[in-house]
This record gives sequence, C-alpha cells and structure tokens, in this order.
Amino acid sequence: MDILDMTLCELVAALDGGGVSSTEATAACLNRIKDTQGLNSFITVCEDAATDAARRADERRARGERAPLLGVPVAVKDNIVTDGIRTTCASKFLQNFVPPYDATVVQKLKAAGAVIVGKTNMDEFAMGSTNENSAYGVVKNALDPARVPGGSSGGSANCVAARQAFAALGSDTGGSIRQPAAYCGVVGLKPTYSAVSRYGLIAFASSLDQIGTLTRDCDDALAMLKVLSGKDERDATSACPPAYPDILRGDVRGKTLCIADEFLNTDKLDDGVRAAFEAAVDALQKRGAVIKRASIKSFAAALSVYYVLSGAEASSNLARFDGVKYGMRAEGCDSISDIYVKSRTEFFGAEVKRRIMTGNYVLSSGYYDAYYLKASKIRTVIKKEFYAALDGCDAIISPTAPTVAPKLGEQSDPHKTYLSDMYTVPVNISGLPAVSVPFGAAHGMPVGVQIIGKCFDEGGILDIGKAVMLADREVHNA
Amino acid sequence: MLKATIGCEVHAELKTNTKLFCGCINEFGGAPNTHCCPVCSGFPGVLPVLNRRAVEYTVRAGLALGCEINGFSKWDRKNYFYPDLPKAWQTSQYDLPLCVGGYVEFPFDGQTKRVRLNRIHLEEDAGKLVHDGGVSLVDYNRCGVPLIEIVTEPDMHSAEEVVAFLTALKSILKYTGVSDVKMQEGSLRCDVNLSVAEDGAPLGTRTETKNLNSFRSVARAIAFETRRQIDVIESGGTVEQETRRFDDNKGVGYAMRSKEDAHDYRYFPEPDLPPVTFTDAQLDGIRAEIPTLPAARVKTYTEKYGLPAYDAEVLTADKDVADLFERVVENGIEPKKASNFIMSETLRLAKSSGSDDVELKVNAEQLYAILKMSADGELNNLAAKSLLAEVWGSDADPRETARRLNLVQSNDAGAIKQIFDGVIAANPKQTADFLAGNDKLRGYFVGQVMRAAGGKANPKIINDLLDKLKG
Repeated sequence: MDILDMTLCELVAALDGGGVSSTEATAACLNRIKDTQGLNSFITVCEDAATDAARRADERRARGERAPLLGVPVAVKDNIVTDGIRTTCASKFLQNFVPPYDATVVQKLKAAGAVIVGKTNMDEFAMGSTNENSAYGVVKNALDPARVPGGSSGGSANCVAARQAFAALGSDTGGSIRQPAAYCGVVGLKPTYSAVSRYGLIAFASSLDQIGTLTRDCDDALAMLKVLSGKDERDATSACPPAYPDILRGDVRGKTLCIADEFLNTDKLDDGVRAAFEAAVDALQKRGAVIKRASIKSFAAALSVYYVLSGAEASSNLARFDGVKYGMRAEGCDSISDIYVKSRTEFFGAEVKRRIMTGNYVLSSGYYDAYYLKASKIRTVIKKEFYAALDGCDAIISPTAPTVAPKLGEQSDPHKTYLSDMYTVPVNISGLPAVSVPFGAAHGMPVGVQIIGKCFDEGGILDIGKAVMLADREVHNA
Repeated sequence: MLKATIGCEVHAELKTNTKLFCGCINEFGGAPNTHCCPVCSGFPGVLPVLNRRAVEYTVRAGLALGCEINGFSKWDRKNYFYPDLPKAWQTSQYDLPLCVGGYVEFPFDGQTKRVRLNRIHLEEDAGKLVHDGGVSLVDYNRCGVPLIEIVTEPDMHSAEEVVAFLTALKSILKYTGVSDVKMQEGSLRCDVNLSVAEDGAPLGTRTETKNLNSFRSVARAIAFETRRQIDVIESGGTVEQETRRFDDNKGVGYAMRSKEDAHDYRYFPEPDLPPVTFTDAQLDGIRAEIPTLPAARVKTYTEKYGLPAYDAEVLTADKDVADLFERVVENGIEPKKASNFIMSETLRLAKSSGSDDVELKVNAEQLYAILKMSADGELNNLAAKSLLAEVWGSDADPRETARRLNLVQSNDAGAIKQIFDGVIAANPKQTADFLAGNDKLRGYFVGQVMRAAGGKANPKIINDLLDKLKG
C-alpha cells in the first residue's frame, strides 16, 4: 500500500508495526507537496524542520517510545502561531511575522510527536469562503483545479484531499473547516466552542472561532481531537470535555436524526446537492436511523447575525495590526495617524477591510443597539432553538453547503459568497460541535453532510459521520 | 455668582504581584520592555487570563469605601488606537463594574464633608511613550498593570475641597493595602471634570482635564479651568465640551480634543473573559482582609492612648506612620512622647522630598531604639533628632551610630558630681547668689557643667545636684 493512501490511524499502526518510518512518510508528503505545488495549498513548507522532526521521531520510536501521533506528518493553518516559523494569516500585513511562541494546539501536536510539514493557505485572516482572499494566491481544488477548495481553511482541506499531509489543523468561525471539507471531499470537524484551546489562534471573531481538524475519515478526526482537546490555563474560555469514546462503531441503529424544514425549504439549495443529501438520509434510514423533522425558525436570521457579530469582534481583534509593533509598516509616514492609515490601507485586503468597516459601524455610538445588541439577542434565540431541537434527538443533520465547490473566479458578489455558509454559521453561533463528511457527488464534485451534536458530543457525531461514510461506500461502491 | 462644580476620576494602580491578565511581574521601573510577554504586549494569538487577586483588591477597596459589590460583573473592550496600547483596546468594565456607589468622608471647613462615589471598576494600564530626540519609543512594562478607576459624583466645588478629598481617598486606599498610591510613580492619577454655573442653576457644560499627577497640579488646574470658564461666560461666550490637559511647567491648560473629535470607544463585551461572580462567603473573606481604617484608629488613639484629636488625625492619615506609631508604643514608649517625636521630626523627614507621598525611611526597630535611648536619658532632644537624620534611609543600628557619633549623654552620677563639684568650687560668688535664691543662675551652672562634660552630661542629673545643693 502506498504510504500516502493510508489514513492517519493506518499510518500510526504501520509506524508502530515498523513497516514504515516517519522519515519515509514525511519524505512522501514533502515530495507530494512539490509534485502538486500548483495547487498552492501551502504558504510555507517546512522541509528542513519536518525532515529533522521525522528523524527524531524515528529515533524515539527506536528507543521504544510511543506517542499518539509520533512521526505523523500534519499541516497547520497559517493563522495558528508557530514558534520560529513565519505565520502570515495569508495577509501582506504579516508577511514578515515570525511568532515568538507556539499555540497550545501546536505544543500539543509536538508533544504527541507530530511532524509539521508546513503552514497552509487560507483566506486572509480567515475571512472568506473560497480561499480566493489570500495574499499568497488562490488554492486550486485537488479534485478539480478549475474549482476553489472553499474557505477559509482551503489549504488545510485541500492538502488532506491531495495527500500532502495526513491531517491538518483548521479554524472555523462560521464554517471555515466544514465548508472546505465538503468542497474537497474530506472530513472537517469543528469541536464544541471551548473544547480546544484558542491560545495562539490569531483571532478573527473570538466568541465564534474554534480550532478543529481536517482528516480523511472520522477515526482520524477522533484521534486528532483526543490530542488537541482539554482545558488550557492560558485560555479562560476553554473547558475540559468528558472522555471521548475509544473507537467509533459507525452504528446509527435507533438513533434519532433531526432535519429542520428550513434547511430544505429554500431555493438557495442546489438540486444536485439536495439529491445527494436526500440519498444520504435514505441510506441512514436503511441503516436503522430514525429521521425526524423539526422547525428552527431563526435559521434564516443566522447569516445576518453572524456578519454583525463576527464583524464587530474582527474590527477589534484586527485593530492591533497598526504598523507600530509587528508586521509591516507603510513607508513615508510622517505621523502616527499616517502610520495607521497608510499601513492598514496598503496591507489589508479588500474583504478584510469590508468586515472591519462593517464591524466598526455596528459598534459605533448610535448604531450599537440597532445592530450589535439586536444581533446578540437573536444569537440567544438561535442558540435556544438549536438546543431545543437537539433535546429530542441524537443529532441534527443538514447539507454542509448549499452548492458544490464553485469555479475559480465565479463568485464576485461577496453577499452571494456569504450564502455558502448558511448551514454552518448557526452552529458557531450556538457553540455546538459539528462535522462535515462526504457523501455522493453533484456536478462531478463531492457533497458534504453536516452532523450537528450536543455540546461535547463529538464522539456521537463522529460515530454518525462514520456511518454516513460507510453508507457512501456501500451506495457508491467507492 | 458663578460657582464651579467638580467631579473626579481617580486611577490607582493595584500592587498585585503580577499583572492583570498575564504572569509578568507588576513592579515600577525596570529597563524598558523587560516586564512584558506576548500577552501583555498584545501579540497576535494571545488570550488574557484574569488575575483573581486584582479583583479581590478592587472589591476590598470598594468595601472600604462603602460601595455595593456587584455579584455579577463583566469585562468590556474599550477600542482606540494609540501606540502605548498594543492590542488597540483596553480591557475595562463598562456597564457592570465590580463596585457601585460608596463615599469618602473627610473633615473640611470645620465640618464633615461627604463625596459620593459613582462606581469603581477594574481595568488594565497602558504602556508609556518616551519621546527622545525626534523619535518616539514605547515601553510596555506598565501594560496590563491592574488599575482601578474611582469615579465620583460632582460633589465638590473648590480646589481645596478636591485636594482634601484626594488626601482622604489616598489614605484609605493605602490603608486597605491595595495600592502604593505614589503620585510620583504614577500609581495614583486624577482626571478632573469641571463646569461652572450660577449657584442653584443647572450644571454648566463640563470639560475634562486629564492625567494630573500631584495635588499641586490638581489644585492649579482647577484654579485655571474655573477662571477660564468664568471668563468665557462673563465675556458672553459658551463653554465647549472638551478634553483638556494641564501643563504643569507653564501653569496653563490646553484643549486636546473637542466633543466632535471625541473618541467613539465602540465598547462591547470582551469575548475572551468569562464574567466575574462572587459568593457571599467570598465577599466575607475579602471583608475580613480590610485592616482598621483611619477613623477607627483616631478613636483608639484618643481614648486608649489619651492623645489630643489633632495628634490622632495627623498620625493616622498615613497607614505607614500609624503602624510605626503603634509599634513603638506597643514596645513601651510613652504615647505622647512618641507622637511628639513622630509628628515633628519623623514626618518632617518623610515629607522632605516635596512630593505628596509620605516616604518613611526608618523602621519601627530603629525608631524604638531612638525613643528608648531618649526616655532612658541617654539622648537629649537635639541628639535624638540628629540620630534620626543619621539613620534615615539606612539600616544602621541607632545605638551603634549614637556611640560612633558620640551622641550618648553621660548618666554616670559620680563622674558628673565630680565635674559639678569642680564648677561650684571655681564659682564661689555665683554659688552664693544661687543659694541666696537667684534661681536664674541654674542655667549658668547647667551650662558650665555641660561644657566641662563635653555636652554629654544628662541635664536632669545636674539639676538634681543643684536641687540637692540648695537643700
């Protein structure tokens, strides 16, 4: 078996068994990255550091040491800081920024023995749904280079789909892990808000941001989650989740899955995606799941609430990029306000500026009540309705995105692009865990099914996700 | 008659061991940018973690000032751009501060004046800009130091009243042990909100003069701004709402920002920090940490130690001074003697730097030794005073210092008698006059004996000998 065709769990077993070395696995990934450089999944490839780390992992293994990811090549989204490795957020502003510390998740990856092969491309500051908002060029979808990989964690999803790494870290503020996972045909897990420390994640919208994983299957996602999750003394909002299951059974017999009418009663949902989703629902039913319909009336308000709240938080979080301390400073400035205005004008991209402007507007005096405060109140309603819907079932299911991956350059209207997150955004607003798993295809591209669970029930939704993938194999003979 | 109405916003740095949201040391000074880390210097990706001690200190100050404590309080971001604020927002408290209400009472104009407090909230301090030869540098050492903002109601009407209020507030804060309240080091700073209007009329438009860091500066800024506003109104103009600063060197205030240019801080709840909550048991625990406050000590000093009210007020105004007084008295020094010496000599030295801060540079052991030697007749008043000045600011042992400097007076009755006898023998005429009833000669004899003894004879022994001579 080609090393690159293995899942992460299979690689760990092969490494443990001695059939494969980390040096071989890492070299295979690095070669694959070189061979498929045109996909542009990475902003920075850490060839030397990864080769060194792989050699050290092999030495540790030879001494009899074991760690959950010892020697496994993984990639990290470029908005998660890495000590000594440039971290750009895909922005010109941070083109020269080398952080002096590791994010908690990076520390945990290193402690678990993982080999970091590089920093993945993304939409600038995680703002975007196509990965076209990167100062380091667009990413081409590994399954069809004429299409986008989705965003903002486009590079992370794409590198897993392209076999450039065995898993990748992404961040998800409104769907930035799940939507690209759906577009690239991989598994994207956004854990419960607080389950994984955000320390070292360059903040976009702090109350919605969550680090998660992109993997080839649900078992890999569980293996990564076990390494990454837990209370972190440096993140006051982090929490300690209950123990996750040892294995996933992929068994949905007797499980109740809920679909909101509002998910399907919309003309935004592409017919091909609708058909694939309905086929997934059928397959789950055949495997013993009980399907239930419900109503989540606030669903339609979620995108508006999201753009108000995430913009507000972003306007504050990104204010530190002012040309004073780190990152770039515009030339020819004669005053402090000149430094601010010229640097922010020159080094932020258009979408980032649009969100900062929106965010400042909704927080400004005279507009706060009408926008920020109102959105906060609706947030509570959305959360309540999702919790209520989950009360009577094991999970809520929906399409991950209303369409498959669009063509590069196809989406020019930002408001239309925002719609691609209509199914994922309410999950961040509610703080719930959700996973996107591939099922079937439409227009020759994969379709994602989103499974939303109760707080800290990542084990439950991954188990259902595994069932979806088993059904997919069965139905489509994959 | 136009009359000023004044409210203050007082900022006091808390003396916790570490900063408000990270583990960096909270200490004044240090080489620039040596007391900071990625968190307090606002690096991308960092998150704050609350120093619970700072919250407890704020609540302790609030309880000492009669505030109500909010059982549920939260954090907000105050957004603005400035190079000394690396995150470009200050983590502060907007609509749910830790403490609300409260008051400060102090003697003023022969009466007890009460200034009501609006609120006390906790926030982080910013860094410091250093302008040097055409370049501006930033020192982030102070970034993230916990700071409380105490906001008063507009209850004051003159510079004298404000200074009396600040003196009382400073005293209480120092007592609670939550702040060093050193104006010179910037750990206590004051913004003054001032408006003028006819007595009894609704309040006029106010201006805010920011960042005053001495009582003198506060008093001068108030005098200046009151005069300015009265002049504007009397010449038919209207006072503009604005933020001002006061140049202490020139004694002149300047407008910094008009209302139109005022910052829109775009406050919103801080998503990175959970709200702060308290149980009643936790509040009781904090209440138990409050030491006896000045008003209660005044009572003890007058009733138990029999001191005049004036002495009691002077001694209790500063906690360090009161503690020093109590320590020496507990060790057996007579209270009035201790009070006299502390109020005259010790306080003179402690205030000699000219600042508003009392800087005690003698410890209780040293002062006790000096007062004990004095009580035992080993030091005369002048010698005690010189000895205090000598050990001030050092850890020298007063007894050794006194010996080294030859300040110890002789209590050797035999030796003094010998000198005394010699003086009597050498002055037969004066002796006869003295014995005949001219008591004015007593001073002459004491002086003669003192001179012969090199200034170190205990005058009490000489006087006793003279009394005995008289029979």
